[in-house]
Amino acid sequence: MSSWAAVLFRRDLRLSVRVGGSALVGVLFFLAVVTVIPFGVGPDLNLLSRIGPAILWIGALLATLLGLDRLFQADREDGTLDLMLMAGRPLELLVLIKCLAHWVATGLPLVIAAPLLGIFLNLDPVATGSVTLTLLVGTPALTLIGAIGAALTVSLRRGGLLLAVLVIPLAIPVLIFGVSAADAAIHDPVPFLTPFLILCSLSLIAAVIGPLAAAAALRFAGD
Amino acid sequence: MAIWDYANPTRFLKLVQVVLPWLIGLCVITFAAGLYMSFFVAPEDYQQGDTVRIMYIHVPAAWLSMMCYSIMALSSLGTLVWKHPLADVSAKSAAPIGAAFTFMALVTGSLWGKPMWGTYWVWDARLTSVLVLFIMYLGLMTLWRTMEDPIKAGKAAAVLTLVGALNLPIIKFSVDWWNTLHQPASVIRMDGPTIHPDILWPLLVMALGFTLLFFVLHLMAMRNEILRRRVRALRLRAASAAQPGTAAATAQPAE
Repeated sequence: MSSWAAVLFRRDLRLSVRVGGSALVGVLFFLAVVTVIPFGVGPDLNLLSRIGPAILWIGALLATLLGLDRLFQADREDGTLDLMLMAGRPLELLVLIKCLAHWVATGLPLVIAAPLLGIFLNLDPVATGSVTLTLLVGTPALTLIGAIGAALTVSLRRGGLLLAVLVIPLAIPVLIFGVSAADAAIHDPVPFLTPFLILCSLSLIAAVIGPLAAAAALRFAGD
Repeated sequence: MAIWDYANPTRFLKLVQVVLPWLIGLCVITFAAGLYMSFFVAPEDYQQGDTVRIMYIHVPAAWLSMMCYSIMALSSLGTLVWKHPLADVSAKSAAPIGAAFTFMALVTGSLWGKPMWGTYWVWDARLTSVLVLFIMYLGLMTLWRTMEDPIKAGKAAAVLTLVGALNLPIIKFSVDWWNTLHQPASVIRMDGPTIHPDILWPLLVMALGFTLLFFVLHLMAMRNEILRRRVRALRLRAASAAQPGTAAATAQPAE
């Protein structure tokens, strides 16, 4: 990693964990969503353990969407984004690094929190492990796809809601394969590896499409 | 290239003026023939009875919902790659029409599903992907509505349309996967028996009628959008003339 990339990565990470950043709010939201589900479907532990992987995945998706609107907006408000656009660095790479820093600040805590929340949902160790593993592989894809929405809505004042509407259809494949891989490890109608590898490939595809499209959108929003 | 001759909106409007009456006439004739064939000539299905006639609305609408997205994707390519001034007008005008056809396919599908499957909605792979397509249409329309500057909105929507076009096959594939995993083959498939010519002909005529209807509506919507942008540009100019102190209004390329 060249030096400017490392500097940018550290800067973004620092900004999001310090006061005014929103790194840990996502985890709290994740906890709140998982807590509220049993009130909706009832406290039946068998049912909860059956739908547990799905709850964790939907919670992670919502928590990721919640944090995404700040990905470029804060930089736009104080003018940093314009400097980045004019810096002459490849914008796609810049977006990728920002997404990476954003994921480390908001996505990784969700992955770390997942085993703990699995206890609430009566997940056995195998299920917990598979959900955590799929979240680890899948949440970067959510962040990278979400970056497109964040870049498109960067100039809007209340873009968060629109961002979620735009991103959710694109995130459906990630959700499907994340949940099927986690389910496959528990009930095995299909081998675990098939959906898991497809999930990995979705993340890789998102790592290409996301920065390309987000950089294009940022360029158009800038001029 | 012929398409560049119509980069000039005035020339395009002239072409629309010439083509539109013929297109409308052709559309009306095709619909008259198609509706007559599908309601009076085409036989009842031996199992489904008269409800099979929903197909003559449902299937063309579903085809058009996809064709419309393809046209939007091509137009977006025109906006981003060739910067054709009418491409984003075309994409913007196509979105509500596509959403309407998708909605029609969903509604007729669920009306057809009630007597056939006993329920208005099943989470079948096809239905689910069409629903996702519908949400994407609505999202695109919302994106256009939230941005004030039509040129910027057009570029943003073009990026999203192209990402959606790349993603739609992936979504379709994953929904198929999800569906076979959860409820294997509970739904009657159309592709089992080959379609009898008595049914196929009305269907093809109706499909042609729907396609013509799409082009009529699309050309009308494009014409209206161009006029709307001209009105906007004139208003901006009038406002800046009334207050010379403020910044001069920028001219829009597609006026």
